[in-house]
Amino acid sequence: MSKKILIADDEQNIVISIEFLLRREGFEVLVAGDGEEALAKVRAERPDLVLLDVMMPRMNGFDVCQALRADPDLSATRILMLTAKGRDTEVSKGLGLGADGYMTKPFSTKELLAEVRKLLGM
Amino acid sequence: MKPTRRLLLAVLAVGLFLLALVAATALLMLASEAGASGGGRTAEERIVVLLVLLLAACACSFWVIYRLYERYVNAPLRMAEELATALTHSDLRLSEYAASELQVLGKVANQLLALRAAREQDVAERVREARASLEEERSRLAALMADLSQSVVVCNLDGRVLLYNQRAKQELSTAADGSNAELLGLGRSIYTVFDRALIGHALERLQQASREGSNKDDKKLVGSVQFVTATHTGRLLRAHMSPVLGEDGPHHARVGGFSITGFVLVLEDVTSTNERHARRDMLIQSLVEGGRGPLGSIRAAGEMLFDFPDMPSQQRDRFLRVIRDEAGVLTAQFEKAASAFSNDLRERWMLEEILGAELLAVAARRIGERRSSERRVLAVKSENVDEDLWLRVDSFGLLQALRYLALRLQDEYEVREVRLSLTRSGPLAQFDLSWLGTFMNNETAMSWLQDPMAVGGESSPLSVTDVIERCNGDIWFQRERVSHRAFFRTMLPVAEAPKDLPRAIAPAPEGERPEFYDFDIFLWSAVSHELDDQPLADLSYTIFDTETTGLQPSQGDEIIQIGATRIVNRRLLRQECFDQLIDPRHSLSSQSVAIHGITPELLVGQPSIDVVLPKFHAFCADTVLVGHNAAFDMRFLQLKETKTGVRFEQPVLDTLLLSAVLYPNQTTHRLEAIAERLGVSVFGRHTALGDAIVTGEVFLKMLPLLAEMGITTLRQAREASQRTYHARLKY
Repeated sequence: MSKKILIADDEQNIVISIEFLLRREGFEVLVAGDGEEALAKVRAERPDLVLLDVMMPRMNGFDVCQALRADPDLSATRILMLTAKGRDTEVSKGLGLGADGYMTKPFSTKELLAEVRKLLGM
Repeated sequence: MKPTRRLLLAVLAVGLFLLALVAATALLMLASEAGASGGGRTAEERIVVLLVLLLAACACSFWVIYRLYERYVNAPLRMAEELATALTHSDLRLSEYAASELQVLGKVANQLLALRAAREQDVAERVREARASLEEERSRLAALMADLSQSVVVCNLDGRVLLYNQRAKQELSTAADGSNAELLGLGRSIYTVFDRALIGHALERLQQASREGSNKDDKKLVGSVQFVTATHTGRLLRAHMSPVLGEDGPHHARVGGFSITGFVLVLEDVTSTNERHARRDMLIQSLVEGGRGPLGSIRAAGEMLFDFPDMPSQQRDRFLRVIRDEAGVLTAQFEKAASAFSNDLRERWMLEEILGAELLAVAARRIGERRSSERRVLAVKSENVDEDLWLRVDSFGLLQALRYLALRLQDEYEVREVRLSLTRSGPLAQFDLSWLGTFMNNETAMSWLQDPMAVGGESSPLSVTDVIERCNGDIWFQRERVSHRAFFRTMLPVAEAPKDLPRAIAPAPEGERPEFYDFDIFLWSAVSHELDDQPLADLSYTIFDTETTGLQPSQGDEIIQIGATRIVNRRLLRQECFDQLIDPRHSLSSQSVAIHGITPELLVGQPSIDVVLPKFHAFCADTVLVGHNAAFDMRFLQLKETKTGVRFEQPVLDTLLLSAVLYPNQTTHRLEAIAERLGVSVFGRHTALGDAIVTGEVFLKMLPLLAEMGITTLRQAREASQRTYHARLKY
C-alpha cells in the first residue's frame, strides 16, 4: 500500500513541485492551503506524513503541530516542518513542539525526498 | 645752610643774647656806681630801667621760642595729619614747609606716596587684565558650549545643575507632551529629568571605578561611566558621566587625595542611530527571510524540470510559469531593499548638511588660493548659484576634489579661469566646474576622476569618483562644442534644510555673567536645612505674576496668563522663564483687556488652567515664590487646588509687603513706584512675564536693604511682612 502524504502550504508555487515529485515517486498526495484545512484533513484522511509550512493563514504551522501532538490518536503521524525563516530558534521551537524533522527553504528536492523516506521508514 | 653751621649760629645767638643781658645789667650797675658818686639817678629809676630791659628780653625770647615752636613742633604735627589723610586718599601730596628739614622730609614722603600710588595703579591694572581674560574665557566657554552637538550638563553631588548648554536645554526641558516645560535650569535638580536611582547608580559606579584606579596610582582618578536612558519625550540618550574632582568634597566621596564634588553628563541623542540600526536589521532580515520562499519554489521547479525531462508539456509550462512569477517577486523585493539600503548608506559617512551657496563660496576661495610655487592665481567665477539649495555631503572631500580638478586644469592645460555653478535639477543638485576650451579628451578626464587625488603637497588615497559616490552623487566630463566650453558635472541629491539648528544664546548684559552656569552651586550644602532659617541670599526664588479676567477670584475671575522667572544665587535668570497664556473658558471684560492687552482671540487654542498649573508647579519646585501683591495671585492658585490637584505649598514673599517693611512712611507701594524708588527701569509692564522680571529686579535690590535692617533669613522676612498693615488685606 502506498504511503499517504499531506502537503500543507499556502504557497501554490512550491506545492506544485512537491506534489509532482511525490506523485512521481508513487506516494498518495493530499494538499491543504491553510492551517485549519490541514488539521481537518489529517483527522479525516489519516496521512502517514504531513509536510507542514510554518507561515500559513488562519492557523500557523506551530499551532497545527501542537494540535496534532495533543491528539493521542494521531501520534503515529510524522510531521516534517518546512519554513521560509530558518532561524535556529524556530527550528528548536518546531522540534520542541513535536515535529519529527525540519527543512528550511530553499531546499533541494532530493534532500526533501530523502527526508520523507527516512521519516516513513522506507 | 648746613645743619652744623646752623647749630653753631644758634649757640652763638643764645650766647650773644645772654652776653647782652649781662652787659646791660653790668652797664646799669656801673651807671649806678657813677650815679652814687655823681648823684645822677635814684635807685627807683634804675629798677625801672632794669625791669624794662628784662621785659624786652622776655618778649624777645618768647618771640624766638614761638617761631621755633611753629617751625619744629607744629609743622611736623601738621605734616603727620596730612600724611594720615594721604593714607586713605592716595592721590594727595604733602604741601611745602618753611623749614628746610621738613622740606626734605616732605619730599621723601611724597616720593613714597607716589611710589605707593604707582603700585596701586599697577595692581588695579593687573586685576582688570585678569578680570578681562577671565571674562574672555567665559565667553569662549559659552561659545564652545553653544556649538557642541551634544548636550552637556554639570551637576554637584546633590544633582543640582550648575552648568548646561543650549542643546541640553532644548533636549531635556521638553515635557512628555512635547511642550517646553523648562525642566532644566540653574540650581534645579537633574532628577526632574532623570531617574534619581539611575544617576545614583552611575555615581556609585564612578566612585568604584575611581577607587579601583586610585589603588594603582593616586593621580589616576578619572573614570567615567556610560548608560542609556530615555527622556520624557521618549528619545533615547546615551549619557557619558565623568566626575568633577575637588579637594574638599564630602567624606564619603573621597578617593585618593581628591573627592568627587560633582559630575559632568555628556548626552547624545541616539534615537536616530538606534532607529537606523533597527531599520537596517529589518531590511536584511526581510531580504533573507522574504527570499527563501520564492527561491524555494524556483529551485524545486527547476529541479523538477531537470530531473523529469519526460513530463508532459502542460506540466512543463506550469513549472516555467512558477519560475517566471517567483523571479518577478524576488526582483521586486530586491529593488525595494536596494533603495532602502541606498538611503541608509547615506547616513553612514560623515555627511553634513551645508547650504550649497556656502559650499560654492568656500570652493571658490579654496581654488583661488595662491600656491607657493605659482605666480599666477587661478581666477574663479561663480554663476547661476541657487541660494536655497541644501546639500548633504562630505564637504571636506568635495572641496578637495574640486580644488584638485581645478588646479590640475591650470597645471596641465594652462586654464586661467574656471566657473562654478549650482542649479536645481528636479530632486538633484547640478554642480558644474567649467572652463573655456574643449581640448581635453574623455580618456584623460576619466583618468583624472579615477586617479587618487594629489595636488602639491596634499594627497589622498581617494579618487574624485570615490568622494562623489560617497556623497551619493555622480560626476562626469562633458563638452559643449557650440559654446566652446567643457565641464565636470556633478549631480548630488538635494537635502532638506536642517530644522534643529541650535538657538543662539542671548548675550548676557554688560558686566553680568552668562546665565547658563554658576559654579558657586558646587558650594551648596548637601544637607537641606529648613528653608525658614536659610539666609535670604542663598535661596532660589520663582518670581511670578499673573494676568486675570478681573479682580475678584472668588467671584469667578480666572487667570489668563502666568509669567515667571527665577533667581538663583542672587542672579535673575532671564533665560529660564515661564510664559504661558491660558484659555479661561470665560469671557473677558473690556476693562481688563484695556489693562493687559490680551484679547480673546489670543486665547483661542491656548491650554486650560488644569493643564498649565501642574507645569507651573513643576517650574516652581524647590523655590520660594515671590510676587508683587502675591496674596492676590496666590488666591487664584488656591482656588484651583481641588480642580487641578496641585497645591502651592511653597513659602511666599511679597514685594509689596517688603516695601512696606522698608518704607513704612511711604503712601504708595505700587510696583512702578517701588521700582522708581530703587532705580529699576520698568519695561514691558502688564505682561505677566514683564511684571515678574521687574518684580525680580526690585526684590534683588531689596535684599541688601533688608539685611541692613537685620532681616537676613526667610523667617525674619516673613515675620516682618506679617507685621505690616498691608498684610491684613484679604482677597
